[in-house]
Amino acid sequence: MTVDQIIFLVIAAGTLIAAFRVVTTGNLIHAAFWLIAALFGVAAIFAILHASFLAVVQVVVYIGAISMLFIFAVMLTRKDMRDQGPQLNRNWGFGAFLAALAFAGLVFLVHGWSGVAKTASAFPSDFDAVGALGNALVSPDAYVLPFEVASVLLVAALIGAVYVAYNRK
Amino acid sequence: MSSWVYIGLFLLVGLIIPVGAIVAAWVLAPKKSNPIKQTTYECGIETVGDSWVQFKAQYYIFALVFLIFDVETVFLFPWAVKLNSLGMFAVIEGIVFILILIVGLVYTWRKGMLEWV
Amino acid sequence: MDFLKDPLKVAADWLLGIFSGWGMPDLWAQVLIGFLGIFILVALLMVLDIFLVWIERKVVSRFQSRIGPNRLGPFGLIQPFADIIKLLIKEDTTPEGADRTLYNLAPILSMMSVLILWAVVPLAPSILGVDLNIGVLYIIAAGAIGTLSIIMAGWSSNNKYSLIGAFREAAVMLSFEIPMLTVMLIPTIFAGSMGIGAITQAQDTWNFFLAPLAAVIFLIAAIAELGRSPFDMGEAESELVSGYNIEYSGMKFGMFYAGELLHAFTFGGFWAILFFGGYRFFGLEQVSAFLAIAILFFKAFIGYWIIMWVKYTLLRIRIDHMLAFNWKFLTPVAFVLLMTTALMNALLADASNWLYIGGMFLSNILVAWISLEVARSASRWERERVEGTGYAARRTE
Repeated sequence: MTVDQIIFLVIAAGTLIAAFRVVTTGNLIHAAFWLIAALFGVAAIFAILHASFLAVVQVVVYIGAISMLFIFAVMLTRKDMRDQGPQLNRNWGFGAFLAALAFAGLVFLVHGWSGVAKTASAFPSDFDAVGALGNALVSPDAYVLPFEVASVLLVAALIGAVYVAYNRK
Repeated sequence: MSSWVYIGLFLLVGLIIPVGAIVAAWVLAPKKSNPIKQTTYECGIETVGDSWVQFKAQYYIFALVFLIFDVETVFLFPWAVKLNSLGMFAVIEGIVFILILIVGLVYTWRKGMLEWV
Repeated sequence: MDFLKDPLKVAADWLLGIFSGWGMPDLWAQVLIGFLGIFILVALLMVLDIFLVWIERKVVSRFQSRIGPNRLGPFGLIQPFADIIKLLIKEDTTPEGADRTLYNLAPILSMMSVLILWAVVPLAPSILGVDLNIGVLYIIAAGAIGTLSIIMAGWSSNNKYSLIGAFREAAVMLSFEIPMLTVMLIPTIFAGSMGIGAITQAQDTWNFFLAPLAAVIFLIAAIAELGRSPFDMGEAESELVSGYNIEYSGMKFGMFYAGELLHAFTFGGFWAILFFGGYRFFGLEQVSAFLAIAILFFKAFIGYWIIMWVKYTLLRIRIDHMLAFNWKFLTPVAFVLLMTTALMNALLADASNWLYIGGMFLSNILVAWISLEVARSASRWERERVEGTGYAARRTE
């Protein structure tokens, strides 16, 4: 085992433990902080994969914005944030079955894929990933339309959220 | 070696130094606690009710608006990096992108969601 | 001569020689050297932090026509060390009902979020730090951890003041991140890279002359991110007593306090790096790495001084005014400025250097002037509406 693999395994195990704690802890705010830990683990995995941009975006968007939204939402909806509701509902058996099925399907798919045993070729040392992403986003023959549609999507999300909040008043 | 190794080391050192300072203080400081010392501070009055109270919805709205614009500016960073080499077409595209989002901001504003009521 | 040009490499090679002599594999030796280098850098920053306490106290006393600390040592220089001893031997209390894990984690994360910012600071042409190609976003990512630590501290203290303070502070920090991110795009456009080192090297003309308005917006947003007056909603002394850190004492409070000072200094540094050329000063930085570091720190101290000047001059703004100022003024202006800059940058791409600088500077001034005029007429409209005079009142009748 190489050092890279050991680092990966440690981070992946930490991420999984954090993700597990999100659903098992009874305290909602603790669950939110465990979620942040899990998201941070994902960012670290991006960093190991040399996806610097994604790693930082993961922290900026997920930890900086989305988890804050979660914490504010918990504050907004719960009178007592140490809410100790039941952890499982009636359908937990079916949910577990679905999760196991999805996992088995993924294992089957990945096992059948020829690329799984290959080592990915390393990036050239002067490869500019962010520049390549920029080119792809705005070149007319690449992803211009999705780039603009993303903006429309964001506005739609904003208007939808404002509309829901507006009606509640 | 990846530069992220150094970032990892920075995180490690950034943890070690404050932990070290706090542990040093924990070793050196006296520990004479009593129930009065441990009460929460509230200008000499006893706390009424629970501290973990429900908050107003406005915080949530601001966080939501922030999230949308955060994602948007993150999208713009790769665009900004390549702006010099892509020419006028990319500039127009970016401006359209920003204008669409400004529509969202104006809508939020007109609906009075940016007021701190 | 080599040592003056590139001291880091000389030291690293020397250490590598020693470690290899002990039979250590190359990779481990490099990691160990990196660790030692970072440890020394962070330790020096903490020493600097101690003196920042003294500087802050001296400067504020000058602003308020006082002398400041002057008893211990010459000019009171030993005072911060006495403060540290006091923090170390002060009893540390944890409030009843606090969430102990998060309560203890918050000051650590607060300090860490500031220290890791220094990973991307280019100190000299030969010492670029970790030259990530996404350095600008890294600054924001580290700030996200800072916001998190404030929420953590506020929530875990089991105190209403701290919870309210933390939530207000978080709302302000989140809001002002948008204009900050937006104006950070402008140096990125000029340099064609998000790397902080590349941004420094691209500044043959300081970005300040190309985008003065962006520099001003960045400073305002940075002060809000720091939670300093006039944006010190998190610890509003007169209403929330001390805000999110009210229950902390001893070294844990010290971490918040030291973190805040170092954070302010660091953002003075980033202001200098993004808009005032960082370590560059008419080629002087090429003479010696130490001179380059001195230049950077000099500029950072000027930025820090301006932040202090603002802090001790202006009064705290009410939170609704603060958020309205951000969302209704600063954010739209930042977006308009970004669009103008992108457009001018493309239009003037083939122009001569002086024309380019002049066009950029004037377009910034124009955007600033128009937005101030719009704000002025909007506030006149609002004032007349409230007072019931003028056109606005007649129309709403």
